[in-house]
Amino acid sequence: MFQTVALSGSRGERLLFSDISVTVTPGTLLAVVGENGSGKTSFLRMLCGLLSPDNGTILWQGKDIRQLKELYRAQFTYVGHLNGIKDELTPVENLTVSACLAGDESASGVVRKALEAVGLGRPIHRLPTRVLSQGQKRRVALARLWLSTRPLWLLDEPFASLDVTATSYLTRHLQLHLSHGGMVVVATHQEIDLPPDCIQRLRLTR
Amino acid sequence: MSATGINWFKYSSPQAFHPLAGRMIPWFAAAAAGLILVGLYVGFFVAPTDATQGDAYRIIFVHVPAAWMSMFLYVIMAIWAGIGLGLNARPSFMMAQAIAPTGAMFTFLALFTGSMWGKPTWGAWWVWDARLTSELILLFQYIGIILLRSSIDDLRRADRASAVLALVGVINVPIIYFSVKWWNTLHQGASVSITAAPTMAGTMVTAMLVMMVGFWMYSIAVTLARVRCVIIERERQPSWGKSASLPDVAEAR
Amino acid sequence: MSQPSLSEALHGVVRRDLLLAMRHRSDVAMSVFFVVIVASLFPLGVGPEPAVLRMIASGVLWVTALLACLLSLGRLFTADYLDGVLEQTLLIPQPLAVLVVGKVFSHWVISGLPVVLLSPLLGLQFGLSGESLWVLTFSLLLGTPTLSMIGAIGAALTLGLRGSGLLVALLVLPLFIPVLIFGAGAVTNSLAGIGSEANLSLLGACFLFSLTFAPWATAVALRIALE
Repeated sequence: MFQTVALSGSRGERLLFSDISVTVTPGTLLAVVGENGSGKTSFLRMLCGLLSPDNGTILWQGKDIRQLKELYRAQFTYVGHLNGIKDELTPVENLTVSACLAGDESASGVVRKALEAVGLGRPIHRLPTRVLSQGQKRRVALARLWLSTRPLWLLDEPFASLDVTATSYLTRHLQLHLSHGGMVVVATHQEIDLPPDCIQRLRLTR
Repeated sequence: MSATGINWFKYSSPQAFHPLAGRMIPWFAAAAAGLILVGLYVGFFVAPTDATQGDAYRIIFVHVPAAWMSMFLYVIMAIWAGIGLGLNARPSFMMAQAIAPTGAMFTFLALFTGSMWGKPTWGAWWVWDARLTSELILLFQYIGIILLRSSIDDLRRADRASAVLALVGVINVPIIYFSVKWWNTLHQGASVSITAAPTMAGTMVTAMLVMMVGFWMYSIAVTLARVRCVIIERERQPSWGKSASLPDVAEAR
Repeated sequence: MSQPSLSEALHGVVRRDLLLAMRHRSDVAMSVFFVVIVASLFPLGVGPEPAVLRMIASGVLWVTALLACLLSLGRLFTADYLDGVLEQTLLIPQPLAVLVVGKVFSHWVISGLPVVLLSPLLGLQFGLSGESLWVLTFSLLLGTPTLSMIGAIGAALTLGLRGSGLLVALLVLPLFIPVLIFGAGAVTNSLAGIGSEANLSLLGACFLFSLTFAPWATAVALRIALE
C-alpha cells in the first residue's frame, strides 16, 4: 500500500502544490491530472525519491521511503518523460540491459516477446534505436513494463506519442497488472479506458 | 545591546537574523578599524627593522594574517556548508555564500602582498614558493565555488552543489599544502622561501596577532553585511512560506 | 520485488558503456590522438634539444595526460543525463557510489588506458629510457584512474550547466594538482637517479583515497544535479 501524507512541493521558487494526501491500494490506478506546469512530473519524481518534497512524507507499507531507500527502489518501475534508452543500441540490447539492471528476466526470447507485445515486430529488433520514430522509441521504453515484476508502476505521460493500437496494448497491460494486485500512478492528460472503480483521480491545481 | 544569548533559535530564521545582524555590524566594523590601525602602526613604525631584510619585511604584517584568514575562512565556509547539507538548513548555505568572497579577497591580498615582498627581497614579482603556490591554488578553489554557484540558476541546487564543492575542497587544502611543500623540496633550485619569516621580536608577534584579530572583526562585519543582502534577495521568494515583510529593509537602504 | 545483485548491476552498467564505446570507436581514438598531438607541440614550441626535452618530459607528458582526462570528462555523464539513462541509474536499488565506480572504470578503459599504453612511445620521443619509461607508465597507470575518479565529482557537479566544459576544468584542476606533483615527481626522481618509490607510494595513497571517497562525493553530486 502506498500513501502520501500532506505532501507539498515547489520547483525553484514556485510553489507547485501543497498538502496532498492520497492513498493507493493494490489494484488501483491513480491518475494525476492537471494542466501543463501544474507539477505532475515533479509529483511523480517525488514518489520516485528523485526530488525532495518541501513538506510531508511518502509511505510505502507504512514506512517512510526516505528510511527504506534501496528497499523502496526495488518496489517500483519508473518510466519518465525521457525514455532512458540508448540510441546507439538496438531495442533488444536496450531492453536486455534494462531488465538486467532491474533484476528481471533478460533472456533473449523473453525480451523479444516483450517487444512484440508492444507491437514492435521482429525486423525492428536489430535496428539501432536511432532510426526508429518517436512512437516506436516510446514503445521500447514502455516494453520494460512487460518484463517488470514490481508491484508499483510510476508512469509519466506514458500515452504521449503512442498511436491508438499501442495505447490499447498499454491499457490492457495496465489492467492485467492491476488485476494481479499491482498499483499504478500515472501522470496523464488523457482519459484511461479502464473500469472506473479501479481509477482514482488526483487533480493538481496551482 | 539587548540580551541576544537567550533564545538562539529565534534568530535562526532569516527574518529575525536580518535586524540582529544589522545591529551587530557597526560594533565589528569599529573593532576592525581600530585593531587594524593599531596593528599597522605597531608593524610599520614600532617594530624594529630586521637585520637581514631591512624595512621591506614589514609587509608580512599584512601578508601572514591575510594568508591565515584565507585558510580559516575556507574551513569555516566548509563547516557552514556541511551543516547546511546535514540539516538541510538554508541559513547555513547563506552564511557559506556570504563568506566566500571575503575569503577570496584575503587570498588575493596574501598573493599580492607576497608578490610585493618578493620584489625587493629577491628581485622577482613572482616566485614559486611553497606558501605562495598553495595560496594561488586556494584562490582557484574559492573562485571555483563562487563561479559554480553563479552558474546554477536553481537556488537549491546552487546551494547544495557549492556546499559539496566546499567540502571536497576543504579536504584538498591540507593535501595541497603537503604536496606543494613536497614539490618544493623536490626541485631544490628555488626552494629558499621568500616568505620565511625573520626571527620574531616580541613587538612583531604582537603586531601580527593584532592584525589577525582585526581581520577577523573585518571578516565578521563584512560577512554579516553580505548575509543581509542575501537574505533580502531570497526573501522575495514566496516559497519561504512566511510573509516577506522585513521592517528594517526600508531603512537599511 | 525484483532486485539485481550488486555485481549484476555493476556488470550491467559497465557492459552497457563498453558496448556503446565499441559502437563509437572514435572516442578511444580521440584521446590517443589528442595526447600525441599535444605532446608533439612541446618540442615544436621549446626546441628539439634532447637535454631540454628530457628535463621537461615528466611534466609535459603528465600534464598532457591530465588534460586528456579533463577533456574527456564531458562524456562521462552528459549523454546519460540527456537521454534519461542516468535517471534510471539513480533508481537502481544498489548503492550509487558503487555504480559510479563502474561508470568511471569503463570511462577510464576508453579514455585513460589507451594513454597509459601509449606513454612508453611518447616517453621515447622525449628521450626517456629504461627505468624512467617504466616509472612513467606505472605512474600513469596509477594516476589516470585517480584523475578520472576525482574528475567525476566535477562532472557530476556541473551536469547540464552551460559552459560546463570550462567550469569543470576550474573546479577540478586544484584537485588534480597533488596527483600531478607525485606522478611527475616520480618520473623526475627516476631520471635523476633518486628512487621513485616515495612518489609512487604517495600516488598509490591518492588512488586509494580517491577510490574510497570520490565515488561517494560523486553520487551525492549526481543526486543534487538530478533533483
